[in-house]
Amino acid sequence: MSAVAVDGVWKFYGDYPALRDVRLDAAAGACLALIGRNGAGKTTLLRIMAGFSRPGRGEVRICGTAPRDTATRRRIGFLGHGISVYDELSAIENLTLFARLYGLQEPRQAAAEWLERTGLERVANGLVREFSRGMRQRLAVARAFLHNPSVLLLDEPFTALDDRAIAVLQRLLREALAEGKTVVMSTHQLREALELATDVALLNRGRVAFAGPRTAEMVADPGFLYARYGEG
Amino acid sequence: MTGFLRQVAVIAAKDLRAELRTKEAINGSLAFSLVILLLFSFAFDPTGDTTREISGGLLWIVFAFAGTLILNRSFARELPNDCLDALIAAPISGAALFLGKAIANYVLLLAMELISLPVFGIFYNVRWTGQFPELMLVLLLGTWALTVLGTMTSALTVNIRLREVMLPLLTYPVLVPALMGAMQLTMALIAGKPIDADNVMWLKMLIGFDVIYTAVSLVLVETVLVG
Repeated sequence: MSAVAVDGVWKFYGDYPALRDVRLDAAAGACLALIGRNGAGKTTLLRIMAGFSRPGRGEVRICGTAPRDTATRRRIGFLGHGISVYDELSAIENLTLFARLYGLQEPRQAAAEWLERTGLERVANGLVREFSRGMRQRLAVARAFLHNPSVLLLDEPFTALDDRAIAVLQRLLREALAEGKTVVMSTHQLREALELATDVALLNRGRVAFAGPRTAEMVADPGFLYARYGEG
Repeated sequence: MTGFLRQVAVIAAKDLRAELRTKEAINGSLAFSLVILLLFSFAFDPTGDTTREISGGLLWIVFAFAGTLILNRSFARELPNDCLDALIAAPISGAALFLGKAIANYVLLLAMELISLPVFGIFYNVRWTGQFPELMLVLLLGTWALTVLGTMTSALTVNIRLREVMLPLLTYPVLVPALMGAMQLTMALIAGKPIDADNVMWLKMLIGFDVIYTAVSLVLVETVLVG
């Protein structure tokens, strides 16, 4: 059974088809890099996978179940364009809040542990609105990983990250993949993504132009897929 | 069930904590309420019997207008940093999210109303404490009606640009029966009349409104948020 299965998904915004018959699979332990130009449909697809919106046609299954099932949502960690933490709350309050919502046994302990793993333990009680951009991003990463999800859906995870946050995220993703978790990430940072990816899918105007295992050729020349299957 | 209630409590506590840190909604709402009460007190002769007769209605109009400032912020506060995505992604039901937010709004609205009431009494020369328990009952029921409808509309309008305009436009017409009930009962209580056979139907309607709109909102909120 695929950890993430996308079967004939269409999504319309008005009459415009943002996704057209998208079919993708990611096995458990795989890291699928979704690449494509702006407007190719990467974010729309990730949002449907995460259960934020429903497809017009087709279906998405996460570990065999629908994304909106409560049990499925426990398995998904989502990191989107926004950091999804509250400026008015402290770092520890933010993580404790989400630990409680995910029903973790020791919410505050889990929050403290993730603050330490992302190097934010010294500012645990500081309000997020006073954080630097890099610190906010590391907190967002901690929030996405906090509940130990088995499927990580990451939308442009490396964009606008500082060096330290990139290092933290790459380390956490490598650990997650080593533990057999599944990662699906959309990205424009091909070099960082292809280092981690086991599979690659290129979206072009809502269609899957290419889907397959990552090859050495792609790592050597990140523009290779665009040149061959994209719009050049 | 305990899991559901825990989720409701977590959401309500989060909203109240965030509001107490910024005081954006409560300060705006309270200031608006006091200014409107003050301005109307200049427009009417506070000693006149007519003023006292319409003061119940005036009070609820002020509560409804000032309340939208709190209700508008309810889901809108989730927009910066895309926090709504994180809440929708969390394994909690839409009903728990809605109820948590509604309870936080209810507390804030009641706080604004309870501060405004004595000011209203002074400006309009009204002895509002004469039937205090009954008045509190009407206040609790009327405020819940405003809360539940306003919170639902806040969810409905969260992703549109003109949400500050749309929330009152969508809320007030539907709220009319509850507002009428609350106004009629408040006017009677302030005039020293008890809740009896003459006006108990307004109380029943207020309770019915609360029950129906709470149930409908709890069922529909997931569809409103996710589509």
